[in-house]
Amino acid sequence: MLSVNLAIIIPFLIAIIIPFINKKFRRIHIGWFVLLVPAGLFIALASYIPSIANGQTFENTIHWIPTFGVNFTTYLDGLSLIFGLLITGVGALVVHYSIYYLSSKESLNHFYIYLLLFMGAMLGVVFSDNIMILYVFWELTSISSFLLIAFWYHRKRSREGAQKSLLITVAGGFAMLVGFIMLYVMTGTFSVREIISIIPDYTDHALFIPAMLLILLAAFTKSAQFPFHIWLPDAMEAPTPVSAYLHSATMVKAGIYLVARFTPVFGGDAVWFWLVTGVGILTLFWGAFNAVKQTDLKALLAYSTISQLGMIMSMFGMGSAALHNGYSADSVIYTQATFAALFHLVNHSTFKGALFMVVGIVDHEVGTRDIRKLGGLVTLMPITFTMATIGSLSMAGLPPFNGFLSKEMFFTVALNVMELNIFSLETWGALIPILGWVASVLTFVYCLIIVFKTFLGPYQEEKLERPAQEPPGGMLVGPGVLSLLVVGIFFFPNILGDNLLRPAMNGIFPEFARQEGSLGIEIYAWHGFNLELFMTIAIVILGTLLFVTLRRWRGIYSLFPENWTFNTLYNFSLYQLEEKSYPVTRSYMTGFLRDYLVYIYLFFVMVVGGAIIFTGAFSFDISDDLPITRYEWIIAIAMMVAAIAILFAKSRLTAIILNGVLGYSIALFFVLFRAPDLALTQLVIETVTTVLFLVCYYFLPEWKKENSPRRSKSLNAIIAIGVGSVFTAVALAVQNGRLFETISGYFENAYELAGGNNIVNAILGDFRAFDTMLEVVVLLIAGIGVYTMIKLKAGKEDKNVEDQ
Amino acid sequence: MKINNVILRAVTKIVVFIILTLAVYLFLSGHNNPGGGFVGGLVLASAFVLLFIVFDIETIQKAVPFDFKKIAALGAFIAVATGFGSLLFGEPFLSQAFDYFDLPIFGETELATVTLFEAGVALAVVGVVVTIILSISEDV
Repeated sequence: MLSVNLAIIIPFLIAIIIPFINKKFRRIHIGWFVLLVPAGLFIALASYIPSIANGQTFENTIHWIPTFGVNFTTYLDGLSLIFGLLITGVGALVVHYSIYYLSSKESLNHFYIYLLLFMGAMLGVVFSDNIMILYVFWELTSISSFLLIAFWYHRKRSREGAQKSLLITVAGGFAMLVGFIMLYVMTGTFSVREIISIIPDYTDHALFIPAMLLILLAAFTKSAQFPFHIWLPDAMEAPTPVSAYLHSATMVKAGIYLVARFTPVFGGDAVWFWLVTGVGILTLFWGAFNAVKQTDLKALLAYSTISQLGMIMSMFGMGSAALHNGYSADSVIYTQATFAALFHLVNHSTFKGALFMVVGIVDHEVGTRDIRKLGGLVTLMPITFTMATIGSLSMAGLPPFNGFLSKEMFFTVALNVMELNIFSLETWGALIPILGWVASVLTFVYCLIIVFKTFLGPYQEEKLERPAQEPPGGMLVGPGVLSLLVVGIFFFPNILGDNLLRPAMNGIFPEFARQEGSLGIEIYAWHGFNLELFMTIAIVILGTLLFVTLRRWRGIYSLFPENWTFNTLYNFSLYQLEEKSYPVTRSYMTGFLRDYLVYIYLFFVMVVGGAIIFTGAFSFDISDDLPITRYEWIIAIAMMVAAIAILFAKSRLTAIILNGVLGYSIALFFVLFRAPDLALTQLVIETVTTVLFLVCYYFLPEWKKENSPRRSKSLNAIIAIGVGSVFTAVALAVQNGRLFETISGYFENAYELAGGNNIVNAILGDFRAFDTMLEVVVLLIAGIGVYTMIKLKAGKEDKNVEDQ
Repeated sequence: MKINNVILRAVTKIVVFIILTLAVYLFLSGHNNPGGGFVGGLVLASAFVLLFIVFDIETIQKAVPFDFKKIAALGAFIAVATGFGSLLFGEPFLSQAFDYFDLPIFGETELATVTLFEAGVALAVVGVVVTIILSISEDV
């Protein structure tokens, strides 16, 4: 079977060769090649299902930085498998859909590279066992999402939406990094599974709660939980396939994954329970409430996604209560909530993915998503209408669609949790089912809006850009498959439950999985006349009433003052940040190279000089030194003369040559001290830089005697003397080797370890190859920087990206 | 900018080949003697720089039709990619290995993976140095 590590790497590798494929096969839509990646990975991952269902787990390690415990370790269990299948499965459908959605006039190269980048990063997030690696992939999903949202970067709103999502999710990611480091400080390991096994000893640690809060912050920002949800509606500026993929089925679920993955670490604590459940319920309500007032179909779906994510989040929160008292028959009941959460997670990906694609079809065919302009499409687009109805009714929680099952389970657990007598649930707990039920009524209303306002009512052709018609068949495949799944899961829910959800529960409750008796429950489509069913019936009745009278009560939305939103707060803080930082930046970014050099040198003198003084590293002892020979005196005096002469040089050429004298003298020193390697490098470097200097100086204005005021002149002198003294002090202090550990260990066994007699090269290529590699990369960046600065400055005036 | 210097041109034509040979020698001998990717690359670059100084840029670009930006990128890519190579053998990133092989003509020769890495370094150095000098000197 395909190693999971490879599954993560493949999308990145394919992303690299996409431009070459595109060049070679201009005729064929590049999406067809890309489609092979998620489809192949889906099959590969699906082949793991039988062994995962039997309780097996797979682990794979590639050593990366073993010294620091940072290794590319992947862990495949039920939980990560569900996410892996969603990422590749929905990914394949979305790529197939995008082939028809995006015309080949768009820069498809970029689109599919970003998409593959995202896919690999997302697989990395869900399969990583090492939290540092997880963090890297986590931020990579934010970055690739940024690129995808800003795909139509000529539109101002796309850029703003991309910036907003990046700022919010990356800030959360940073918080997570700090949280992870705290976990490491507590437990001494980066491996999630090791942390889970030793965390019970540390629940009283002072860092336990801060680490939990920081990691939750990351989960809430990524999963668009209240009040961080504001980035998700703006992210809808992305092309619809992206919205369907990132902003409903996969990326936003990374936060949910994080919560699920860390439930065994932090679950059982009251803070975790109330934060996850509370924020989830609040998000569920707020998202549903705001979805009703939207007029843009994609915005409506964005708010509905926020709301549904809140619902899943709250169920994970309720499930974590099971860990409070450890394993017992009573605790197992509460794991139902987690089961329901996983179930709804899968269901949501199917129906929301389908709905996004349907909205994309409508937008693609008639050119608008505004429900005030739409209507009466049912006769013209019957297949699209059917799929929209299936998706909407599933979301509304009606049979015979999968959303019904998971919503009923949500009610069950919300009612159950009320009766718990931990975490002061007996008083506040009643809010959970009440808020959940009200949100479900609103959910029902906006689901009716999607279907009725778009497909029924009068057909207003004059308001549409193009007359409505069914899309090309290929476009219907993606939503069609997902709609079939929506119905299929309703009739055969236990296939999913037994093979995927139950193993995933073992991942979330490893302690319970070891006990006898299975986690997870049988799902019944018909569960008798009970309170949950009556709640659903009440939803249908009240929801229909509210929908019919929508026009009369919509006014309550205008009661909210318009300036009192989180968006206003976000815009305000962003504006203030720019406004306030501008004068600060302007005061030191003067545009004069001379000033920047002064900052650098002052900083150097303070930090290095300070370090030498405060660590007491400076000690000067020449008693052991070799006597200074005649040649050395000669070279040293020549260098001093040259250095002083530079100050009084009358022309630029003289200065360059004198500078060269310094460099070549150093090379001579290396020769004297029998360091031929360094001498060689120094000689060639000196030659090349002298040429570079000459080339540069050719373009500079005449060398003039400087006429600066006495004060700045004396300041320059002080800085110059300071830098010189610190450098001399460093050079003298180095001899004692007290600041850093010695590297002579490398010298002694260079031949045995690296097979080379040249110690310098063994250090560069074998022992410190990482430094060398990064130096090469820095060199490349510097080269590109010089090139772009000089070559592309002319074109700046003609080309303006802004067009809206 | 035309320089009319017959002696310099005549000398350069010969000297460049000596420099290039030296560069290759330095690069290959680096493992046991002074040299290596960085110096080898620099010497190569200095040979190109000499050509650009003595002859004009257009002539040399016709004779040596490389895009030095791409060479720099290729070099950095090789340097990073060889790091991943060790992952395939289950070793940490950038681990190097060496062994002795009995090759025809050369006899017993030591081959080390670090040579590939050094080749990347050398290409990156050549590419960047020539790119910088060319782009500055072309900017008139």
